[in-house]
Amino acid sequence: MRDNDAKTTIVEWTLRYGSGREQLLPLLHALQHEIGYVDDACVPLLASALNLSRADVHGVITFYHDFRRRPAGRHVVKLCRAESCQARGGVGIEAAAAKRLGVAMGETRRDGQVSLEPIYCLGLCAIGPNALVDGRPVARIDEVVLERIAAEVAA
Amino acid sequence: MTRIYISRDMASVALGADDVAQAFASAGCEVVRTGSRGLFSIEPLVEVETESGRMGYGPVSSRDVDAVLAGTHVHHLGRIDALPFFAAQQRFTFARCGVIDPLGMADYAAHGGWTGLDIARSSPPQAVVDTVKASGLRGRGGAGFPTGIKWQTVLDAPNAPKYIVCNADEGDSGTFADRMLMEGDPFCLIEGMAIAGHAVGAGHGYIYIRSEYPFAIDTMRAAIELSATRVAPFTLEVRVGAGAYVCGEETALLDSIEGKRGQVRAKPPLPALSGLFGKPTVINNVLSLAAVPFILSEGAEAYAGVGFGRSRGTMPVQLAGNVKNGGLFEVGFGITLGELVQDIGGGTASGRPVRAVQVGGPLGAYFPPSLFDTPFDYEAFTQAGGLIGHAGITVFDDSVDLAHMARFAMEFCAVESCGKCTPCRIGSTRGVEIMDRIIAARTVEPAAPAPPSGVLGQALYSRAPDRIDVSASAQTELLRDLCDTMKFGSLCALGGFTPYPVLSALDHFPEDFGAGVRKPLAAE
Repeated sequence: MRDNDAKTTIVEWTLRYGSGREQLLPLLHALQHEIGYVDDACVPLLASALNLSRADVHGVITFYHDFRRRPAGRHVVKLCRAESCQARGGVGIEAAAAKRLGVAMGETRRDGQVSLEPIYCLGLCAIGPNALVDGRPVARIDEVVLERIAAEVAA
Repeated sequence: MTRIYISRDMASVALGADDVAQAFASAGCEVVRTGSRGLFSIEPLVEVETESGRMGYGPVSSRDVDAVLAGTHVHHLGRIDALPFFAAQQRFTFARCGVIDPLGMADYAAHGGWTGLDIARSSPPQAVVDTVKASGLRGRGGAGFPTGIKWQTVLDAPNAPKYIVCNADEGDSGTFADRMLMEGDPFCLIEGMAIAGHAVGAGHGYIYIRSEYPFAIDTMRAAIELSATRVAPFTLEVRVGAGAYVCGEETALLDSIEGKRGQVRAKPPLPALSGLFGKPTVINNVLSLAAVPFILSEGAEAYAGVGFGRSRGTMPVQLAGNVKNGGLFEVGFGITLGELVQDIGGGTASGRPVRAVQVGGPLGAYFPPSLFDTPFDYEAFTQAGGLIGHAGITVFDDSVDLAHMARFAMEFCAVESCGKCTPCRIGSTRGVEIMDRIIAARTVEPAAPAPPSGVLGQALYSRAPDRIDVSASAQTELLRDLCDTMKFGSLCALGGFTPYPVLSALDHFPEDFGAGVRKPLAAE
């Protein structure tokens, strides 16, 4: 981990917004945005910056699905698994995506090129199955669109 | 220069609206990015300003610029508000959505914005609370608690400071009204929160938006900055969730803002008395707060004048899943489920018959077409064994396997449980196991129990897994027992309402659970 980046982010954040514990989630988002994940080495830094126990910080990081404790792939495909997408063939697309991208749901491919992550609802429920590909929304995913996604994440 | 309106809503962008907007801008048009009108089968939608009003074309691709500008495009729709899907609506809350530039302060004011806030601020707080009470507005997040009574409790609370919290953690599948409003008319929500602040004596508000809604987060943040002087001294900030569904539960949401694990609190104390940071807090859904400016500007009677029974006003219904005309349909309570699904929704997108609809997200019941005469009303839905929730309707065609959907409901509860109470944390996992056995029992004959051998074998026999009666009937009985425990023993609606989809699927579609005729292997 770029240790200094994390330290700088935390110090700058607390100087700007204060060091109350309500800053923990915004700070974790900021760290993940800067560095890509929340390294375990950040836990003691956060704990001392916000005057919390390390266990407390660890508990918060592990509670929320969004926070990664390891780097993600270079590309991240978040595929919706919720009911409305299922009603539009989501289960089949989930299996096809795992096969086409060569990575199981919830995993990062061994070469670090792509992560396939579950997400529960993007609020695009009448035009599913949906995904966020590197943060960009993609709707009405079928075999053709999946092929386009696969080409995109291969780059 | 021709003025063109194209939506910047996340759904429109997912369907290619950005490319279309780019193409029109390159062709020398003035492109105004609006929110979505709310009918996704015509997205990306382009509206061209003409002397006879805004003419709609959709769906349109970036190659269609010339045809649209010439007025010869095959998907010429005419005036959008004249289309049957829109003409049949009563848009109180979503009146501006899709029409105005979401971040245009002048546009908002020109379309009746800030009138409600000005009226509220010229009257005493108690009068504002009385108006909201008289409107009959009930919490749109799902519980349907009267908003005015909640505000009264906070107004009467002696403790200070007080907070306004907007629950924009819209995690239910099949719902997108909060997202559409925040992206399409963010000032409306800000105005509603400022009115709430005046009514109860709160100076600061939080909008807790789920991280899955990046567009809404950006739009709300920009809108807060633009309107800061207009709503001053009331201040607002956005807090971003982190992928935990349970944070849509109000007390878990408060803990999450406080920087803790999003675990549910036991009630009492009510958040109205001891909420955020232990202070009196109004916590309302986006749609509840966004309904308030209309109530103040048009009067409580205008709002309460539509509706059904004790459900007053309008509900932005969301038609989702396998439905032909999916989108947002705001209408007064009392319309039947069948009208919504068949007449307005137009049946399934796949063209196959509707087999089931799930109303109210992952914790809502599955309804068969035989219950389509149920009117959209809080009490009627409770009586029918379901709930309105956030008014999302997910349509399924006849290829759906309700046993798999029941299993998913349990699986989702297991993934999202906050872990604080046992019925939800452990019950959901046991529920998945039971559903697996039921699904297996549909196709495979249960194996005969193996006879015990030896002393130890005898001793362990009573606990051995193969002594479990894995027949569909025994497992179904166990499932009902488990659901009973979860329903009455859970701390919040996540564990408490997961039995709704499970039991409704079981009650209305017993054939999928192996009752009666044994189903052949599912063609998957």
